Amino acid sequence: MKLIAAMSGGVDSAVAAARAVDAGHEVVGVHLALSSNPQKYRSGARGCCTIEDSHDARRAADVIGIPFYIWDMAEEFHDGVVENFLSEYASGRTPNPCLRCNEKIKFAAVLDRAKGLGFDGVITGHYAQMRESAEGRLMYRAEDPGKDQSYVLAVLNSEQLAGAHFPLGDTHKEDVRIEAKKRGLYVANKPDSHDICFVPSGDNAGWLRDRLGSEVGAIVDEAGNKLGEHKGAYTYTIGQRRGLGLTVPAEGGVPRYVLKIEPKTNTVVVGEHESLAVSKIFGEKPIWCGPVPVSNTALRGFAQVRAHGSPLACSYSHDGLEIKVELDEPLFGLATGQGLVIYDGDRVVGSATVAQTE
Amino acid sequence: MTIYLDHAATAPINDAAIAALTEQVKKLGNASSVHNQGRSVRKDVEDARHLLSELVGCNPSEVIFTGSGTEANNLAIKGFYWKAIAADPKRKVIVTSAFEHHAILDPVEWLVEHEGAEQILIPITKAGTIDLDFLKDLIAKRGPEIAVISVMHSNNELGSLQPIDEVVKFAGSIPVHTDAVQSFGKVNFNFAELKLTAATISAHKVGGPLGIAALILERGLDLTPILHGGGQEREIRSGTLNAPAIVSFAAAAKSAIENRETNFKKVRELRDYFISKLQTAVPDVVINSVSDPALPGIVNATFPGTESDALLLLLDSEGISASAGSACSAGVPRPSHVLLALGISESDADASLRISIGTTNTKEEIDQVIAVFPSVVERARAAFAVSKLA
Repeated sequence: MKLIAAMSGGVDSAVAAARAVDAGHEVVGVHLALSSNPQKYRSGARGCCTIEDSHDARRAADVIGIPFYIWDMAEEFHDGVVENFLSEYASGRTPNPCLRCNEKIKFAAVLDRAKGLGFDGVITGHYAQMRESAEGRLMYRAEDPGKDQSYVLAVLNSEQLAGAHFPLGDTHKEDVRIEAKKRGLYVANKPDSHDICFVPSGDNAGWLRDRLGSEVGAIVDEAGNKLGEHKGAYTYTIGQRRGLGLTVPAEGGVPRYVLKIEPKTNTVVVGEHESLAVSKIFGEKPIWCGPVPVSNTALRGFAQVRAHGSPLACSYSHDGLEIKVELDEPLFGLATGQGLVIYDGDRVVGSATVAQTE
Repeated sequence: MTIYLDHAATAPINDAAIAALTEQVKKLGNASSVHNQGRSVRKDVEDARHLLSELVGCNPSEVIFTGSGTEANNLAIKGFYWKAIAADPKRKVIVTSAFEHHAILDPVEWLVEHEGAEQILIPITKAGTIDLDFLKDLIAKRGPEIAVISVMHSNNELGSLQPIDEVVKFAGSIPVHTDAVQSFGKVNFNFAELKLTAATISAHKVGGPLGIAALILERGLDLTPILHGGGQEREIRSGTLNAPAIVSFAAAAKSAIENRETNFKKVRELRDYFISKLQTAVPDVVINSVSDPALPGIVNATFPGTESDALLLLLDSEGISASAGSACSAGVPRPSHVLLALGISESDADASLRISIGTTNTKEEIDQVIAVFPSVVERARAAFAVSKLA
């Protein structure tokens, strides 16, 4: 096959590209320039948008012996990921930009362009496994539970999955590093990237304040009594306990948590831990990573609501527009806007965006 | 199949240059040393300087060797600016064409940002040459404020030769520098005949090695150095003289100029053949480059409804090397400022390629390239159509 290898400059995508070459594919390396004003150097282990990263990706492609190009996806990234990130926060939700990037950029803009140019698909260094079945290609959790990235890939539909290749799904991260070293890829010991790549400082709250303003608002209890003030409701996360800056102490010193963010009134509601309990999740805009489950029927499975969260036993059903999940055991603290991913054992069934919880 | 059509980026090193380089590199000695070995290397360097000066049309002492064309351009732009404002603080205007190479535009922009210079760009006419009336008016109005005028001898993306003789005539006593990197060795270029103050030439564009170039600078003029040290080159440029590269540069230039007319005719015929075949293969192609008076081998073409990086990727996968505009420091393709200066829209500039033909190319190669062009353009259009849908 003719494949585009999306190369971030990190160790995973470099080894993934090298493995695809070994498998006999015709591979072309591409580094995605996602920022119109890239920083020169990585600061710590953050981000994947620096000039240094693009040099690392080029060097890896040279060592592997494949052609290498830089594709400017800054506009697409800004419109599809950064703008969405801001507007979601502005409406009181907590988005996951990595999901959006996979959905809109890596397996949409890049895959479409690759296909237009005559390529068959896109290789990335993501940790997830694919298996062919009578119902088409299905996606499963990675062999390495610590690195499993099936959660952030659950936004890929069948067509996107058909063009996606994850050569690292069957390998543990430490073995990928060993392999990189053996292959002479000097990124072997490069630290993993964390946080949000377009917030290079790592200061998410500060980044949001710079763009959405820092209008002072009230922090209230569930009865509406004012307990303190905040500088921008969107800098809080559901379930957050620390750094609330409350001036009125709680009765009996019971810890208080962020329960709700109300962007219209710029209010943050806090309360006791029990009030965070969620036993029903409603997810909108479902995407199925394979066959569509039978509708309007309660099915057994697992729900995962965070990238590194645990799978939660549940019953779920859908009507084509919404996925409804009933958890066997309540979970504490879930923000709207997060990704809801349904698993059948290790297989990714599909995903939706959390719209409401009860 | 590998077909190299990027001679304006760098040209293959010729046999005479390889022979000179490999001989000289074995020789021990620093040309600045007083001893036997030093003297011997110094003689080789000065022989090369002498030969080069004859080929350029200047005095040997007017040749200042540098490490690159970019360095020579920086030396000229910054040197003339600093010299001018030291004599008269009002002389802070630097005039260049709008489609100069970044090795001219960027030092000017640096002087604007850090040293209080004022940049004035001469607009480009539809014919691909500088607007002489604009320059004439500018000199009439602000002549005493102008520190230096720098206009390239030929444009590297359009091929068009620039009316340097007219620039010098209008300039009067204002120093005129020309970046002759693309012209030297390919078309007639004579420093003395043009009555220039300074010019830049580079070895690797004429079949010489990388890493050696020269600023030709009128005798008796002192410019503020950028590199300070041993003062090897007229106290204007310091650094141990790169004897093997210098000797090889002169050998390459000699070969290029001795064969200039034959090469010019051959390359130009290939270029015209390529353009006529391309127009048949891709009927809606728009040719932006200039055919006369021009460098012989430059073709610049717009393929509407494509993106140049997709065209380059696809051509590269067919073994064909061409180029487009320039890239930022992160390697992101940017629309060519040359095409924008010509009045071409950003989307058309984004859809344009430069193909530069050289003496080593053949008609068979052109045929092979033309054979794959329609499918390359078709696939680039498919990829572009998808990106616009999204």
